[in-house]
Amino acid sequence: MRFHFKTHYDQDIRLFPDWWNFSLYAALLVVLIVLPMVIDSFYLGEVTNVLIWAVAGLGLMLLTGQTGQVSLGHSAFMALGCYTCVNLMETGMPFLLAFVLAGIITGVIGAVIAIPALKLHGVYLTIATLALAILADDIIVILDHWTGGVNGYFAPEIWIFGIEVNRWINPAAWYYLALGTALVVTLLYRNLLRSPLGRAFAAVRDSEISAQAMGVDVARTKTIAFGLSCAFAGLGGALMGLFAGAFNNETFNFLIAIQLLMMIIIGGLGFIHGAFLGAIVIAFLPQLLSISTDFLGSSSIPGLETGVFGMILIAFILFEPMGLYGRWLKIRTWLELFPFARRDMFRRQKTYLKTERLR
Amino acid sequence: MSLLELENVTLKFGGVTAVNNLSMSVEEGEVFALVGPNGAGKSTVFNMISRFYRPFRGSIRFDGKDLLKQKPNQVSSQGIARTFQNIELFERATVLQNLLVGRHRHRKTMLLEEMLFIGRARAQERENRLAVEEVIDFLDLQAYRDQHIAGLPYGVRKVVELARALATKPRLLLLDEPASGLSVEETQDMRWWIEDIRRQMGITVLMVEHDMGLVGKVCDRVLALADGAELAQGTPAQVQAHPAVIEAYLGTSAISKTANAQGERV
Repeated sequence: MRFHFKTHYDQDIRLFPDWWNFSLYAALLVVLIVLPMVIDSFYLGEVTNVLIWAVAGLGLMLLTGQTGQVSLGHSAFMALGCYTCVNLMETGMPFLLAFVLAGIITGVIGAVIAIPALKLHGVYLTIATLALAILADDIIVILDHWTGGVNGYFAPEIWIFGIEVNRWINPAAWYYLALGTALVVTLLYRNLLRSPLGRAFAAVRDSEISAQAMGVDVARTKTIAFGLSCAFAGLGGALMGLFAGAFNNETFNFLIAIQLLMMIIIGGLGFIHGAFLGAIVIAFLPQLLSISTDFLGSSSIPGLETGVFGMILIAFILFEPMGLYGRWLKIRTWLELFPFARRDMFRRQKTYLKTERLR
Repeated sequence: MSLLELENVTLKFGGVTAVNNLSMSVEEGEVFALVGPNGAGKSTVFNMISRFYRPFRGSIRFDGKDLLKQKPNQVSSQGIARTFQNIELFERATVLQNLLVGRHRHRKTMLLEEMLFIGRARAQERENRLAVEEVIDFLDLQAYRDQHIAGLPYGVRKVVELARALATKPRLLLLDEPASGLSVEETQDMRWWIEDIRRQMGITVLMVEHDMGLVGKVCDRVLALADGAELAQGTPAQVQAHPAVIEAYLGTSAISKTANAQGERV
């Protein structure tokens, strides 16, 4: 086990607590950078997919894991991000600018929608956002001038500084685009967590009443959380649509939002790692299932994927509510303390009475 | 001018008058206690000062300014901090993070600065940490700094909540039953802390407390409430001996008995 002898406050403010931790992540980054030279283009596409899901997942994580507001409407914001990006590109705007602007616009629209929606608490907010996701489908059809309606859109060519980012011609470029976006979003997320706003998110999640007593403007904090969450989801959506090559109103239906929520729960609510681990599960599960059904000699079974996914979710909620990352933390502690770990180390005391009546 | 002034404050919930035409004033630098039987309206008074409830009638002034014009989240920036009767900490955060939320009212950075963590953001974090460490030293919380609230015992949570209120650097501290659920030693510690808070930090304390032993030792003045109205006001000894207070707590026959007992002693 490593002990930190802290001599400066910066040791708690820095992104990495020590050199060991820093070198682990640096090594991971190196592996990710050389990945296109190691694996073939099919698997590189799958990893790209993981990164895209992770970007959208980080968006929902900020809202659900950090601020405690559950949304089932993020597919709508992913669609918004995607169509905004494509429409901006159609006007001749360079991709990178259109991409960033799409995120910002989605964030602003998300924040505006959040102002009335966040007056709702708990499950009522979830239902309202679900309605939004279902509504988005119709809105995309109605606005066919910008969205192509049911016929959809073919993704325009993407050029970044004279390099064509095309999934078929050069998959590595696509991979680096997704990796870069995931890195930037993760860094922004991490910065938020170590500053007052990130702590205000956690305060709103755990006790709105005392957050308010500490001077946190609860309504404003929730709105900002929703806006930022939508902005990240919009970036994820833009990448997802462009990566798919063609998209219409079906691409971003509400099942995507449900999958996104399941993903962050399986990965571990409230952890950045959780979004990535969840994305790995969601992107590789269909492959794993199709390989195993092939192996068993049967043809594809309809509904198998959703069924298995649902069962995994139930298992996690029952046995490991902290998700994959929570399980990893426990395993790591066990290893670090070996052989002194106790069985009941992670059993929590019952929480004390909460003052919910003041709402 | 008093630091905190309530004037003819009335609050009703449906047909129940929780606080009835209450006037009180807390002077700068004193420790003031609200006592009274359950349901007397003590916590309701706190919640009105915190602006969670809006009184039907009357005015609340803090440092001469009308507190009712402030939003609930602006009360802390006026210099009022509070604790809760049923501890309201941020359960899934560490003690340090909880205390840092207490520094929220001193936040100077904008959203973008924080997201990019440039410029003032880092300096502000160091500043916040320094202020929080002072409180940690004061209340001896060093051992719990990086622990999650969810795993802490009740007594420590009480202290963390006090620490979080102190981290806001208030002028007036509202303590809702600081000693409830604490052991004899912990209550003793709480007593020293309240005295030090007043003496070293110069913070005015307004508290609700049932433990008359603690009230008698630390408070300068006491206001007894029953059914939302004032029963008696004065030093702890005066209030404890007041016939109306004895009646509210023990019933009418108790008065004659105490009177008899006092008569016998004379």
